[in-house]
Amino acid sequence: MIKKIMKNPENKGYLFILPWLIGFVTLTIYPILYSFYLSFFDVTITTEGIQTESVGIENYQSAMTSDIEFINRLIEYVREILISVPLIVIISLLIALLLNQNIRFKGVFRTIFFLPVIISSGPVLDKLIGLDIATLNMVETNALYEMIAGMDNILASSFVYIIDNLIILLWFSGVQILIFNSALQKVDKKIYEAASIDGASSWESFWKITLPSLFPMIMVNIVYTTVMYSVSSLSTIVGHIQSNMFQLETGFGYASSLSWIYFILIVLVLITFTGIIGLFNRKYK
Amino acid sequence: MKTLESQPPTKRKQKKQPSKWVKVKKRLLGTNSDRGLIMKVIFYALLISVGFVFLYPVIYMISYSFKDLSDLLNSSVNWIPTHFYTENITRAYEVLDYIPTLLETIFVAVVPSVLQMMVAAVVGYGFARYDFKGKRILLVLVISTFVIPPQITVIPRYILFNNLGLLGSIAAYAIPAGLGQGINSAIFILIFYQTYRAIPVSLIEAARLDGAGEFKIFTKIGIPMGLSAFIISFLFSLVWYWNETYLASIYFGGTLSTLPLELQRFVAAYNNMFPGSGGDGIAGVNEAIELAATLLSIIPLLIIYFISQKWFVESIDRSGITGE
Repeated sequence: MIKKIMKNPENKGYLFILPWLIGFVTLTIYPILYSFYLSFFDVTITTEGIQTESVGIENYQSAMTSDIEFINRLIEYVREILISVPLIVIISLLIALLLNQNIRFKGVFRTIFFLPVIISSGPVLDKLIGLDIATLNMVETNALYEMIAGMDNILASSFVYIIDNLIILLWFSGVQILIFNSALQKVDKKIYEAASIDGASSWESFWKITLPSLFPMIMVNIVYTTVMYSVSSLSTIVGHIQSNMFQLETGFGYASSLSWIYFILIVLVLITFTGIIGLFNRKYK
Repeated sequence: MKTLESQPPTKRKQKKQPSKWVKVKKRLLGTNSDRGLIMKVIFYALLISVGFVFLYPVIYMISYSFKDLSDLLNSSVNWIPTHFYTENITRAYEVLDYIPTLLETIFVAVVPSVLQMMVAAVVGYGFARYDFKGKRILLVLVISTFVIPPQITVIPRYILFNNLGLLGSIAAYAIPAGLGQGINSAIFILIFYQTYRAIPVSLIEAARLDGAGEFKIFTKIGIPMGLSAFIISFLFSLVWYWNETYLASIYFGGTLSTLPLELQRFVAAYNNMFPGSGGDGIAGVNEAIELAATLLSIIPLLIIYFISQKWFVESIDRSGITGE
């Protein structure tokens, strides 16, 4: 039968993707299902192997009710991601627009902006935050900053979060800058010429030509940023899941339920972001 | 002709020879097609200040690595240390167990990167050059694996590797990478997919007519024509595997170590190596020593980056992710 399938040359494509297919089934699909299964069990690892004891939805229940640390971190995560992702995408768009101007040393600037992507491992970022160089210290001693930091509301705390993590946020935007920059170079120059002959200012050209043609890349960057931000080892939830994995009272079962809650949350965030962008896109058309 | 002549002569004159003020204005503010000097200055100022903020931590790191205790405490010493002090570096070098750790890091990062690159090339080629049933769905599945957080798969993989006795060995990295399920494999498959879609069909048809087998066509045409995708994939894999600490700490336990992992436990290792430090002559761990360790851990990456930065910076243009 296999011979019959392979008679058609097009079906040889299966041979090429076979390694991925095997990996996908054994190392992605099976683990996803298995971790979902484990999330309903109490798992203990003994010398004879793994022992499981069904606990129903108790793992999820205790994660959402009694694990105060986890709940707080989830709330913090949602707040951070709702601020960070749009901010990172906007910052990288602005920097890409600057780079797209007719300027010299473009290569040098691109090299600088991409550098953080190469060196920002979790421990390096941890050190920057821990030693308080994740932000410019001249900003933090500013009187205005201190005044706002003293206030106690959501806007003030968001502002403080942005300032305190300014460099981390910039460091997360290296790839996105390049994606926008590359997309900007591919917008047909003739459209701008035609628009400027019709009397459009560069401000109008930006909103009417540049932005709509960038929509697909805005989408790509939002997804990319959300995923990268969520799985980075900076995420406090990732750390919480990892520490629960190897704790005797909680173990793999409980950690699995935590990672499922986190996964669902990430997907919800992605749906929210892409939904909003999709709506904008439709309005434009 | 008639309309031109009917125009008042003064107006024509003015258009031909703009006044000095208009010239200056044009220079400074620019026209629709060309930016003026003022705008240019603003652009450069913005780029330079943003660039400074980007580099700030690195500059800070380099500066502090060479500061001794008195420089650290002296608030008048800002960026440039008063004298060339290398004790921080040598101490961090010792605690990180630098050369052995570096070699291990290279091993841990290169092996999965090579595998990931090769598999992504083969899979990307398969998706780009063949039409088979279910291709579109499979392609969507490839992309969707990017969104699945490693936290979901890591526990079952850990159990699986534990049963197979692969924990603590490079196989825990190599096997997922070699089956297209490594770190960000989906991105690399996509890069190769885009690259190979751009090869003209006639080239492949010609090779087929010459009697070349499908895999031979891949090695003779696919590999040379996808060279930039190979380089880009290898470099990005290398950097991502190098910087990975979450999976490394879970899969390798203590048997294999990397520079980022050593950096993670640097303070504890330092106190362990120099017990009672802070008292008799030996400085306790401080900001300068920690930053020296951070600097040491990123120096190899900086070297890789400066040799190959063109490939990194042009990767997105070349990969065709943003369209043709």
